[in-house]
Amino acid sequence: MDSIISAASVLAAGLAVGLGAIGPGIGQGNAAGQAVEGIARQPEAENKIRGTLLLSLAFMEALTIYGLVVALSLLFANPFTS
Amino acid sequence: MDFIQSTSLNDPSSFILLSGVEVGKHFYWEFQGTTLHGQVFIVSWFVIALIILFSVLGTSNAKRIPESWQNFMESVVEFTQEIAVNQLGESEYRPWLPFIGTLFLFIFGCNWAGALIPWKLIELPSGELSAPTNDINTTVALALLTSVTYFFAGFKKKGLGYFKRYLQPTPVLLPINILEDFTKPLSLSFRLFGNILADELTVTVLTMLVPLIIPLPIMVLGVFASSIQALIFSTLAAAYIAEAVEGH
Repeated sequence: MDSIISAASVLAAGLAVGLGAIGPGIGQGNAAGQAVEGIARQPEAENKIRGTLLLSLAFMEALTIYGLVVALSLLFANPFTS
Repeated sequence: MDFIQSTSLNDPSSFILLSGVEVGKHFYWEFQGTTLHGQVFIVSWFVIALIILFSVLGTSNAKRIPESWQNFMESVVEFTQEIAVNQLGESEYRPWLPFIGTLFLFIFGCNWAGALIPWKLIELPSGELSAPTNDINTTVALALLTSVTYFFAGFKKKGLGYFKRYLQPTPVLLPINILEDFTKPLSLSFRLFGNILADELTVTVLTMLVPLIIPLPIMVLGVFASSIQALIFSTLAAAYIAEAVEGH
């Protein structure tokens, strides 16, 4: 395998997850903070808030996961190395 | 690229690698000219058999006042019913409940079968047994089924008038609306596949570093996350169907 290609693939895999984690990290922090605020204001709505929070957290997490899928395909199923 | 080499349990020097993950290696079956991923089929059949067994246990000898298994299965059915009702509403949910409920139970069973059962103890000639959902073919198949279902739901409800949806709110958004039909199955399948595979890889890497105790919280997180993923997949499937059948 070409060493340049493997070096670039490994670097790109790291960047794909690392950069992809920034946005969802901020988003999840915001969402969780707002949820805590909501629960503090209305403790009786806790169950509903928790359900919605978990669902929306999973959506944000999906964005990082897309980066992860790209990274995994670079590491294990690299189309350029055949 | 062999990132994580698999090792056999019989090899005493490698007893640490109990949870080696083999990405891209499969237990191939030849069936009438096509190549199948055998390990996915074995675990899927196991999960399907388990769900059928639970249903039979729950419904045989049904009583007016439910006991043990019937009680359990009734609460499971009510849970899936709630997923459908929340997205589709009381009046529309019933025809789609079997689809959404099956999706939820199958994905949930697959994820937990991969997370909870020590498949590594069963040796395969190549590849390894694990959650069927960590093979992208499984998740793509499930996502495409969802696509077909929401198209069918739209046509059944509105006939060809279903295509009017693409011109709303303005005809300018036509390309975006068409693109959405492709991104829906893509995101559905990647989300499930990525989450399950990521969890298994994290556990593997941690187990390689520290074999005892330390990976446990991650495993628990994985069990939790995979149940949430099943919930999300079925909720989204219900939401897409609801989007297709709702009247404007």
